[in-house]
Amino acid sequence: MTSSGSGHTLCKHALGCMSDLDSRYLLRSRPPAEKLVDNSFRNLAIAMASVVAIVLFSILVVVFQGGLDSMARYGWQFLVTSDWNPVDDQYGAGAAIYGTLITSLLALLIAVPLGVGTAIFITENIIPKGIRDVIGLMVELLAAIPSVVLGLWAIFVMEPFIRPGLELLYQLFNWFPLFSTPPMGPGTIPAVLILVVMILPIITAISRDCLNQVPPQLREAAYGVGTTRWGAIINVILPAAISGIIGGVMLALGRAMGETMAVTMIIGNSNNFSVSLLAPGNTIAAMLANQFGEADGSQVSSLMYAAFVLIVLTLCVNIFAQWIVKRLSLKY
Amino acid sequence: MTILQQPQATESHNEDVALSLQNVTISYGNFEAVKNVYCEIPRGKVTAFIGPSGCGKSTVLRSLNRMNDLIESCSLRGSILFGGVDLYGPRIDPVEVRRRIGMVFQQPNPFPKSIYDNIAFGARINGYAGDMDELVERSLRQAAVWDECKDKLNESGCSLSGGQQQRLCIARTIAIQPEVILMDEPCSALDPISTLKIEETMHELKKSFTIVIVTHNMQQAVRVSDMTAFYNAEAVEGGTGKVGYLVEFNDTDKIFNAPQQQATQDYVSGRFG
Ligand SMILES: Nc1ncnc2c1ncn2[C@@H]1O[C@H](COP(=O)(O)OP(=O)(O)O)[C@@H](O)[C@H]1O
Ligand SMILES: [Mg+2]
Repeated sequence: MTSSGSGHTLCKHALGCMSDLDSRYLLRSRPPAEKLVDNSFRNLAIAMASVVAIVLFSILVVVFQGGLDSMARYGWQFLVTSDWNPVDDQYGAGAAIYGTLITSLLALLIAVPLGVGTAIFITENIIPKGIRDVIGLMVELLAAIPSVVLGLWAIFVMEPFIRPGLELLYQLFNWFPLFSTPPMGPGTIPAVLILVVMILPIITAISRDCLNQVPPQLREAAYGVGTTRWGAIINVILPAAISGIIGGVMLALGRAMGETMAVTMIIGNSNNFSVSLLAPGNTIAAMLANQFGEADGSQVSSLMYAAFVLIVLTLCVNIFAQWIVKRLSLKY
Repeated sequence: MTILQQPQATESHNEDVALSLQNVTISYGNFEAVKNVYCEIPRGKVTAFIGPSGCGKSTVLRSLNRMNDLIESCSLRGSILFGGVDLYGPRIDPVEVRRRIGMVFQQPNPFPKSIYDNIAFGARINGYAGDMDELVERSLRQAAVWDECKDKLNESGCSLSGGQQQRLCIARTIAIQPEVILMDEPCSALDPISTLKIEETMHELKKSFTIVIVTHNMQQAVRVSDMTAFYNAEAVEGGTGKVGYLVEFNDTDKIFNAPQQQATQDYVSGRFG
């Protein structure tokens, strides 16, 4: 009797609590203002995301439309011929495309070992931490130099400095097509070197972050089975970081292909095709920067066509980068 | 005959001792983590390190194969003799030390490579020239993980469960044919069944290797070890943190049933803190 009675009151008490809970939490009615903020935030995010897509898409469309005339007139020939003659209305971007590819690939070839090497150097405890931090900082500051300043530096300091070396190269190897013309100041090699300076910080910074993210346990595992430092770096640490590093390298490649100012200042802007790296050359970006000012009619259309080629190239590099990063990502 | 026995008599080390710690003090920067450790780890037996966390068990263990070299601030005084040779002597190559004294870590850490390569990698860099397939199978069998792995040797070592990964790591260590295997709380991240399997593995392993195991599980120490070292930590005057020291080192039996020190008695009977 008493027990059931107390049970009843307990039950009632609990129910009372429930209804309290009900009114307080279960039927929570959010104030309209909160809902409004929520919704508008969502819409804002959607709008911003679409702006990016719209801008990208419309740039593609505009550039493509602008180049349609030239595409119709020159077709694929445009990509492999290299006359650029506004007087005769003859256009071909072969030299610029070759220049774009060769400068960026050569720049990568130099910058990747240098950048990844630097990254390894500043993530491993080969030298005291203080010095490593300073080196890391300096590489990052390199990225802060505006490209026009680098261009000036290339013209007034770097190119005169490396000229004797280039001359020697010419004298020793002029039988080799890549070095078959005498150096004349501006040219492809100085442009490559300035690109190296520009993409080095990207490669170093991204590689360093990737190497730092390799779990310390993995490092210990490697040393634990008796690897040497280099064995651990090459067999375990680099493979674990490789997807990110390659992503960074691809980003750098995209940057190198699109880089305009410094390259325009030092490459020589010559539309005459030459395989020689010592001769003045051209890249698509440099050509666009140089000629848009006074171009009209079919020249504008041809430049648009070249611009479209550049966009497609960099887009391909980016897609390829994403694919590689996905493929190489290790699970650990 | 007397000549042959002469060197053993004069040298202070004897054949039954695998590792001998002589007044070892290990510091991180200015902080002395463990102080004045004397300890003789017997060959062909399982030695357990027990004690409250932070008393320097891992620190001492890692100093036994120079793993602490990876930590810049870490320094060691005293000497650790391995077969009579000071591991911290000037002409000793730490890489060589780690090949002869292998290590299994607290968190299973297989390489992000195939199961096969996890084993083969260490063996290869150690110059193993025999039949690799055979070595892989033998190591995995010894570590009691062959049955679970034999059909997926080409899959990533990271695709295994935690307990299997840890046994893979043990197999990887066995494959480099060390003389001593160090284990730092190898079961702390594992479920009871995996733990049991690893303990069974250890019973097998002690036939061929000297094992030193850190454990926070006293039952485990009782189950697997022949000798037990009890470490404790104490705040010292003017110190920045607690300094670890070796309280007592003896047969596991004695440590758990008839300890000499009050602190050991308190710890093993759970009256610690
Ligand atoms: N890498 C390190 N740097 C600085 N101090 C450390 C480091 N590792 C451990 N210590 C310190 O050394 C002491 C002993 O640590 P540890 O050997 O890990 O203890 P246990 O394994 O017995 O729990 C602790 O006070 C810890 O804070
Ligand atoms: Mg520990």
